[in-house]
Amino acid sequence: MTRKGRRLAMIGSIAVVLAIAASLVLFAMRDSIVFFYGPTELAEKNITPGTRLRIGGLVENGSVVKGADQTVTFSVSDSNKVIKVTYRGHLPDLFREGQGVVAEGVLTAPGEFRADSVLAKHDENYMPKEVADTLKKQGHWQDDKKDGGSKK
Amino acid sequence: MTVEFGHYALVLALAVSLVGTIVPLWGVSTHDGALMRMARPAAFVLMLLVALSYAALTKAYLESDFSVLNVIENSHSAKPLMYKISGVWSNHEGSMMLWVLILALFSGLLAWFGRGMPQRLFAAVLAVQSSIASAFILFLLVASNPFTRVMPAPMEGRGLNPLLQDPGLAIHPPLLYVGYVGCSVAFSFAIGALLTGRIDAAWARFVRPWTLVAWCFLTLGIAMGSYWAYYELGWGGWWFWDPVENASLMPWLIATALIHSTVVMEKRDALKVWTILLSILTFSLSLIGTFLVRSGVLTSVHAFAVDPERGLFILGILVFFIGGSLTLFAWRANVLKQGGIFAPVSREGALVINNLLLAAAAAAVFIGTLYPLALEALTGAKISVGAPFFDATFIPLMLPLGFILPFGQALAWKRGDLLGVAQRLSFALALSIVAMIAVYAFTWGGPVLAPLGIGVGVWLILGSAADIGMRAKGRGVPASVALKRALGLPLSIWGSALAHIGVGVSVIGIACTAWGIEKIIEMKPGESVRLSHYEIRLEGGGIRNGPDYRETFARFVVREKDRVVGVLEPGKRIFTGRTMPTSEAALLTQGLGQLYASVGDMTDGKFSARLYWKPWVLLIWLGAVVMAAGGFLSVLDRRARIAAAVKARLPRIVPAE
Repeated sequence: MTRKGRRLAMIGSIAVVLAIAASLVLFAMRDSIVFFYGPTELAEKNITPGTRLRIGGLVENGSVVKGADQTVTFSVSDSNKVIKVTYRGHLPDLFREGQGVVAEGVLTAPGEFRADSVLAKHDENYMPKEVADTLKKQGHWQDDKKDGGSKK
Repeated sequence: MTVEFGHYALVLALAVSLVGTIVPLWGVSTHDGALMRMARPAAFVLMLLVALSYAALTKAYLESDFSVLNVIENSHSAKPLMYKISGVWSNHEGSMMLWVLILALFSGLLAWFGRGMPQRLFAAVLAVQSSIASAFILFLLVASNPFTRVMPAPMEGRGLNPLLQDPGLAIHPPLLYVGYVGCSVAFSFAIGALLTGRIDAAWARFVRPWTLVAWCFLTLGIAMGSYWAYYELGWGGWWFWDPVENASLMPWLIATALIHSTVVMEKRDALKVWTILLSILTFSLSLIGTFLVRSGVLTSVHAFAVDPERGLFILGILVFFIGGSLTLFAWRANVLKQGGIFAPVSREGALVINNLLLAAAAAAVFIGTLYPLALEALTGAKISVGAPFFDATFIPLMLPLGFILPFGQALAWKRGDLLGVAQRLSFALALSIVAMIAVYAFTWGGPVLAPLGIGVGVWLILGSAADIGMRAKGRGVPASVALKRALGLPLSIWGSALAHIGVGVSVIGIACTAWGIEKIIEMKPGESVRLSHYEIRLEGGGIRNGPDYRETFARFVVREKDRVVGVLEPGKRIFTGRTMPTSEAALLTQGLGQLYASVGDMTDGKFSARLYWKPWVLLIWLGAVVMAAGGFLSVLDRRARIAAAVKARLPRIVPAE
């Protein structure tokens, strides 16, 4: 093969791999991105039921009801709007009423949500960032939490 | 007093690291040998000072000195000794301290083993190492000082985060940090080459062992982190595509590309500029990893304190080193003499494809990890990019890599004979296809990707073994001679075969997760449930006390065909000084598979339990250990050892093998 041919083959294969990688990324981006909303945003946005979402806020006091077959329902609130969440399975250790929570799942009806995963916090000092932002937006956040050390 | 001593040693270390940066660099630019010779003693003194400072902090932990804020927040006098020692790096300040310690150790080792290098390169490399050290020591002193005192001192500390109270803490962070920080050596070499304007095959020989060592530790660190998350978090998964995990995967992918491109550079004197770029990127991604974990910009299963000051400081370090090095690269790369272009069908051609696929995979992971951050910063929209994205991009890039790997390994340098290689590998390929079809047929209707994964895994193992076989065997050579030849092969050949076999083992383990079984149920004592061919019976449960915790536990007895094979005792622990419980999963290893149990709340005498059967799951981590073993074997190769001594004196032509 000539020098020019070799160069072309090399550039060609680089272009092919890059094109494949780029199309994979774009394709996956379209299908597997999940948006995060707080309860108020969710109410404003008018999202069609069936969309995959992440929601977050505080678990309302007294709202956790354990049903049969390990089903749990609870309300997530940003003290303006409320979302009812249904979840089946183990709740994370640090799941508490009055604490921040992030859930991923599907919107079943306006204001109702079926979660398939509830995110764990792994440190009692730690508030999920999305939840903190959501609460800040609603003006219910006092930045009184002191830095409690970082945990990897 | 020791605490102040440690603090003072750290301040001195900052001064020494600045001297070690500026003086040798001045010498490099003015060709002054005396100034350049300063680099070596500076590196040794730096190592000594940082080690003393680190020892002082460890002493504060051992003595439970609760006048130190860092000790109060992360220790407890009742904590077992192991967690007092490893507690040092269980938190932000201490782990940065460990980071700097390892960096200083690497600089010291480099100063010790690099004596045979050309003087200008040696001085420049040590100076760059020293500059990284000064940036991070400054960060420690200004924004996250572990030696801060508190008056009055409390009687008792707050204890270690219970999730971290595990042997994993003693192993995982040091391994990972040695990997991360080890990447700095390749970075310093790259900057050194750009500064001195010289790069040749000898450069690749100097860099290769360091990169290999870093890569081995990174591999082990990631595997250990994965195993720890698997048994500690109680979710039963081993990889979550969590940003913090991705932060360690990206440098690993680029480092993997780098150890392959340095081979091309060493043998064929080509891919020089690309190798320099990879060296810069590997460490840049390690720094980005540090930034992502330590700045609190991400939500992940790992929790971190959000402290804007620290985030900004690390961001500053990041911009300086990544921006600076890439600018230098853009400015100076054309100074380096380019190597030749080569035939597409050859070992080096295959290694280029390897590099392309690994770099593309790293780019995909990079986009998936950082796109949400960029989008939020630009538009305010919050998105999360989860496992489906990474599965859809990463796997299609990695499976072809696994497929071409044995071909590449068997191709000759310069001009390969693809047809001949295919003939020689035909037996291995046929066996792999048979394995794939057999698995697919047996699990008809099951997952499709998994048999493909098994096929690729078997192909990697057989292909790598066949490579050794082909090198040892010749036409009409008796077995005893072939065996002797095989044993006489360079260790790097054995190392690479072993590492690739490790990849195959891991791929098989990952594919087998598709046949795992999960059951989430509520059980009363006396009830039992079937999981695959095991019968799991809840015998009872209760409350018991550990050294510094109280545990609610459940006791499951596992039977296989009416024979008791073991007991699972998962629990929930509440540690002294903490209010929140943590789950403690129980594992029972059966062959290479594991039974996995975790319990949730106990209500009305009923336990909510999560039970898994995970066939062949241990292969995932075993494969990583085999990979690292292969890497270490390669480091031991004679070629790497004599490089330092001989290469500097006479630049000689490297024969192509």
